[in-house]
Amino acid sequence: MSKLTPPLPKFLRPAPPRPSEKEPTPDIGEPNGKPGRADKLRESAGEGGAQVIGWLDERTGTSPFLRGFLFRKVPKGTNWFYSLGSATMFAFVSQAVTGVFLAMYYNPDATRAYESASYITNEVFAGELVRGMHKWGSTVMIVLLFLHMARTFVFGAYKYPRELNWVIGVVLLVLTLAMGLTGYLLPFDQRSYWATIVAVNLNASAPLIGPFLADFLRGGAEFSSVTITRFYALHMLLIPGLIAALIGAHLYLVAKLGTTAPPWLRAEKKELTKEEI
Amino acid sequence: MAENRSDKNRKPRYTADRGMPGAFEGETVTRRGFMTGGALAAGGIASAAFALPALGFALAPMFTDGTVDRWQDVGPESDFNPTAYVPKVINTDPGVGEAGKATIYVRKFDPESDKPSPSDGGSDPIPYVVLSTRCVHLGCPVRYYQAPKRFVCPCHGGIYDFQGKVDGGPPVRPLDRFEARVTNGRVEVGERFSVNSELRRFSPRDPSNHLDGLWQYLYPARPST
Repeated sequence: MSKLTPPLPKFLRPAPPRPSEKEPTPDIGEPNGKPGRADKLRESAGEGGAQVIGWLDERTGTSPFLRGFLFRKVPKGTNWFYSLGSATMFAFVSQAVTGVFLAMYYNPDATRAYESASYITNEVFAGELVRGMHKWGSTVMIVLLFLHMARTFVFGAYKYPRELNWVIGVVLLVLTLAMGLTGYLLPFDQRSYWATIVAVNLNASAPLIGPFLADFLRGGAEFSSVTITRFYALHMLLIPGLIAALIGAHLYLVAKLGTTAPPWLRAEKKELTKEEI
Repeated sequence: MAENRSDKNRKPRYTADRGMPGAFEGETVTRRGFMTGGALAAGGIASAAFALPALGFALAPMFTDGTVDRWQDVGPESDFNPTAYVPKVINTDPGVGEAGKATIYVRKFDPESDKPSPSDGGSDPIPYVVLSTRCVHLGCPVRYYQAPKRFVCPCHGGIYDFQGKVDGGPPVRPLDRFEARVTNGRVEVGERFSVNSELRRFSPRDPSNHLDGLWQYLYPARPST
């Protein structure tokens, strides 16, 4: 029967029968209505999507992970304040996405930076919007970060066993502020330039390490052509990488330790019966 | 007594004494321990081989003294006098375009009003007083006003007198100066140096670095390599 059909690629051809098995299912259904191999393939094509997901899930173990991560139990009284951390992370993701696309047009050269930034704003399609989102998004991220920190503090969510998550959060705060500092230079207008001069000299005022810190930031004793490339590398590679890694650690600890109930919810005291006492 | 107890708790020195199967005579490190240590050491060496040069690459600017041995012409001697500063523009870094330019204020050295200052570092006074416009508070550009003979910083209100010494506001030391010399009747400006409140000469420092008394030891000079 199979000899009559056009030659199929090897992987579509039916496997030869094992010695104990009967003749394989023919490729084309028989006139009497018995379904062939092609009919079965056609039937299963509709279930392809589900099969792909199932195939991946079986090999990666995604669904048990997601079940534990997304459907974990949260305390009674969980409210909108608990979304501030996710909001901050969303702001970070939006900064990362808009930043990647800004990097396609931006030129971190001291003689070209200002022109390329104004080119983004004035010439590129939707450039003003993307640059605006990146600029205002940075402020939004810092505001959300402080609100998230205030929520954690006021709700007492930094206490045992979550102290380490507070520490990671503080490092994330410092890194986010460093993003603000390094990003401020990149438009390279008068304001960026002088603000960076002042900011680097503020770093220089620290005793003992200050002069070294300032030289590291500037890439030398004077503000020079390598200062802007240095800030650019810190702004788009080093600090975002650290932030992404620490967000991962932060989330892992949140999932592992769970969230705290709001402080106004008291533990429900059960009236003990005489027998229990 | 105490010694006996610690001897009892300590593991035997030789693996053969710990009753390990296949132990060699005189063997002190297990093969598993040796392989673990070897793998860690190999990984550490391989990581250090790329990480240390990359780190040095990034940190190198911290360990250079940053002085540029370059003389720049700022005009003929007739441009300058001892009673007023003349603004001139020099290039601190040609690679950064406008950002590499810096304004300086130049006047002739006046042996009477400028008491023989130690800023020259020797008996031979620098023939011109060349002041940097970089405010030593946080680096904003100062401007010279002829009527009060003062330099004023727009950012936080630092004020300097005619010699560049601090007259008010937050700055921590006088304005930085530049070397100057006269070649064929033209004034040339050399490298930057910093001075403390007695106009004693120091290697170039960042703004906000104190240079008086014990403070000077908290803000070390750039190492010269």
